[in-house]
Amino acid sequence: MSLSPVEGVALAEIESTGEGPEQKGLVGRSPGQLVWNRLRRDRTALVSGIVLVLLILAAVAAPLISRLYGTSPSQQFGDLLDATGMPLGYVGGVSGDHWFGLEPGLGRDIFIRMIYGIRTSLLIALGAAVVTTTIGVVLGIIAGYLGGVVDAVIGWFTDVALAMPFLVFALAVVPTFSLRFYGPRDAIPTWFAVTTLIVVFAAFGWTGTARLVRGQVVSLREREFVEAARASGAGLWHMLFRQLLPNIWAPILVAFSLAVPSYVTGEAALSFLGVGLPESVPSFGRMIYRSIDYLQTDPAYVFFPGITIFALVLAFNLFGDALRDALDPKSSR
Amino acid sequence: MTEPLLKVRGLTKHFPVRDGFRARGAVRAVDGLDFDVRPGETLGLVGESGCGKTTTGRMLVRLLDATSGSIEFDGRDITHARRAQLRPLRQDLQIIFQDPYASLNPRHTVGRIVAMPLQVNGINPPGGIKKRVQELLELVGLNPEHYNRYPHEFSGGQRQRIGIARALALRPKLIVADEPVSALDVSIQAQVINLLRDLQRDLDLAFVFIAHDLAVVRHFCHRVAVMYLGKIVEIGDRDDIYQRPQHPYTRALLSAIPDVTTLGPAGRIRLAGDVPTPLNPPSGCRFRTRCWKAQDRCATEEPPLITRDGGGQLTACHFPETGTISQDSGPVGATAEEVSK
Amino acid sequence: MVKLPEPRSGESPYLRVKDLRVRFDTEDGVVRAVDGVSFSVERGRTLGIVGESGSGKSVTSLAILGLHNAKRAAISGEISVGGRQLVGMPEEEVRRLRGRDMAMIFQDPLSALHPYYTVGRQIAEAYRVHHPRAGKREARGRAVDMLGRVGIPQPGKRFDQYPHEFSGGMRQRAMIAMALVNDPDLLIADEPTTALDVTVQAQILDLLEDLQGEFRSAIILITHDLGVVSQVADDVLVMYGGRAVEHGSVEQVLRRPQHPYTWGLLSSVPSLHGDADADLVPIKGNPPSLINLPSGCAFHPRCRYADRNGDRSRTEVPELRPAGEAGHLVACHLPADERTRLYQQDIAQVGVAQ
Repeated sequence: MSLSPVEGVALAEIESTGEGPEQKGLVGRSPGQLVWNRLRRDRTALVSGIVLVLLILAAVAAPLISRLYGTSPSQQFGDLLDATGMPLGYVGGVSGDHWFGLEPGLGRDIFIRMIYGIRTSLLIALGAAVVTTTIGVVLGIIAGYLGGVVDAVIGWFTDVALAMPFLVFALAVVPTFSLRFYGPRDAIPTWFAVTTLIVVFAAFGWTGTARLVRGQVVSLREREFVEAARASGAGLWHMLFRQLLPNIWAPILVAFSLAVPSYVTGEAALSFLGVGLPESVPSFGRMIYRSIDYLQTDPAYVFFPGITIFALVLAFNLFGDALRDALDPKSSR
Repeated sequence: MTEPLLKVRGLTKHFPVRDGFRARGAVRAVDGLDFDVRPGETLGLVGESGCGKTTTGRMLVRLLDATSGSIEFDGRDITHARRAQLRPLRQDLQIIFQDPYASLNPRHTVGRIVAMPLQVNGINPPGGIKKRVQELLELVGLNPEHYNRYPHEFSGGQRQRIGIARALALRPKLIVADEPVSALDVSIQAQVINLLRDLQRDLDLAFVFIAHDLAVVRHFCHRVAVMYLGKIVEIGDRDDIYQRPQHPYTRALLSAIPDVTTLGPAGRIRLAGDVPTPLNPPSGCRFRTRCWKAQDRCATEEPPLITRDGGGQLTACHFPETGTISQDSGPVGATAEEVSK
Repeated sequence: MVKLPEPRSGESPYLRVKDLRVRFDTEDGVVRAVDGVSFSVERGRTLGIVGESGSGKSVTSLAILGLHNAKRAAISGEISVGGRQLVGMPEEEVRRLRGRDMAMIFQDPLSALHPYYTVGRQIAEAYRVHHPRAGKREARGRAVDMLGRVGIPQPGKRFDQYPHEFSGGMRQRAMIAMALVNDPDLLIADEPTTALDVTVQAQILDLLEDLQGEFRSAIILITHDLGVVSQVADDVLVMYGGRAVEHGSVEQVLRRPQHPYTWGLLSSVPSLHGDADADLVPIKGNPPSLINLPSGCAFHPRCRYADRNGDRSRTEVPELRPAGEAGHLVACHLPADERTRLYQQDIAQVGVAQ
């Protein structure tokens, strides 16, 4: 239990005492700079941020890494496998040439496939997050500000989207969708598979952001600065995107940073279930799916992709939490 | 006699109360107001919470739509004007808000806040927007170099000045000021009142000054309208209202204000109870449930807002008070003893 | 009509605060929210603490009640309530005193009353916490009694209603009933009427006074409103920047003020009397930030007379010293005769000070 009125009084007394900038003699700090300063002081944010930057760099620079490493993701090293298809050597064939070993069966290099897997995962996850956030923000801000019938209709769509079972939908729709454009024997192009996944995520993922944004806007709508803009004759566009949007960046950013890891795992899950990306595209889900058969004979094959996806998702989540704390220092602690 | 700048007739606002889907009556927030504001004049709109003064202010600047009645500004009926038709009017009619913290967009710089009315109306003043904004900041006593700062770097009084600068950006003829000083520290209140007074004099602005504090209103307004439960109970020139109040409610309100000039408990008029709910206001005179003079007639017949002495002071009371309150010293509630029991 | 101070009895003051200091360590630095404040209140008397935001008045009252989080606030000095030393007392014992010997009325009754319990139940709970042997029925009877005492009509029926069913004034009355249910000897009211309308404020101030007459409790009234202070306080303490700047009887502080800050307050308050067309005389500048308090006298950047003592006002913190009359203290570097002269010359003519 918190002593709300008590703490409130004391804090108000300490904090309400703003004084003119002229007396302070400090350089004026924008809200963004304040967040950046708080973020820099947070060790969790620092570590998870560095991990994220490294992983993103690896994804972006995948072709370069591939060239320096001297191996391509589809290259097969059949001569390094034994007669049963298991990699020679220890720990799944880890060596100076193949840092994380080789895949059993096809003999492809795990390290470079993982680098490309990160690239695929992040591309899909970021793409889906951008699309869902955009849809969610636009719908949420319109519903929240206009209210009434518009709000009711958008709310109804949100409920319908929430009521549909995502996994069943994905399992049923993704293959049908592919068949609509390509024959059962055609190779499905990568861009098509990626787009399909993003569309499927987008169809379901916008609801959370839309609700979040709507709630924020409803509470801001009655604030006097919004009325001031209305009293000056501001139009709808100005109200939504000049007055309201800048004030809800914080929750949107947090929602975005927490959506990305959920799409990473979502893509992995769908690929694992066989409805995600085609075999030729390196992806975490595929790798883990294939590795399950070798759980006992070649644990390293499961270990490396598993630990990387874990690190990626954890880093994103921790960073999202740290961002939330930095944006709203009063919410926690 | 100059033509009134603002002419309000029968202004009414009812907020429907729903019980699920069924309408369950209406909150009669504002119920038939008539008043005028002449150019360069300040009208004080005074009353306790729930009397409808804030709703009235919001209707005047068209943030709320009136249920019925008319608002005429500068000779044009703006009661139902649409946004495009309102556009030229917006420039003449602005509002200052109560809460200096909520009324400024925390993510915008001061420059952007003050420039907003210019931008949304597509006005490019000579010398550019920035120059105009800096002039405005200087006009309200802020350092023009603070153009690029954010609201959180300013104190309450300074923020209120920013809000005033924004309201002045379009060079309005009339400003609705909704409790502009009540959220400020005592020592800052006087600064802002003086600023508004100077602006009023220098720019020949008309004000509708909404406040609950009669002492503040006295220092700022030429005329005063006292509201109770959505109606004007008394309206008149400042000196009439403060020295010769005729409505019992005005008297009670004046005597309830703790004034520094009197030490110890002065003879206050003790009003019993609270303001009744506007959902179901009393019949007849709405003040009768708390009035010490109420008689049967007050419950059945609503008193009209009329003049008692042929002058400009209008009172809505069947049994108006007479007598003068001294403005020089001593407790206000001179009639308190005879009234309290 | 000026209320004469009660003859001071031989008993020692019920509350005695000596050199109270409250410090918060924050991200931006150390905040000295209260910096060496001393005062005392006898039973049956009311002390008004006046100050603007950031003056430390609310922090002072929370310190007396022991409501500061020990992890965040460092408190030193002496707070003696009915002879017991509060600073350093175990939390458990302070809690036992709180509610029974001292109670608080907050500005916003809606946030101080729990929305999910009936008003009556909350008052009865407050009683039973300190009367563990009291039965449900006894507690209810007591609560209904208190509701009636604070002027709530039909207290038996009101007992079972929720806070949202009460109007603002009634809620404040209910909170006063809750604060008084254990007959506390010390009542701290923090801006008790600020959220109320003037006619209701008048009722509540009357009520507080009646109840004080009945219970002979010591009251601390914290407010920014000099008008309220002039009506109900016996003594006044003016705070600025966490320090006391003037202390004396209400007559002394409001009629013969000695500190330029008090002068400023009095001449900037709009009044119902005097010349309505005359400009108010505000205090220039803004209240200081406690994080970054001006050196020397905290008021010096806003004081018209700060230059009259060379550098003293800027470098030396003025102590609270006798201002001439008995019991009247002021913290100002100006010499006494100069203060009197300046007051006559500059202040006495303007605003409400006249």
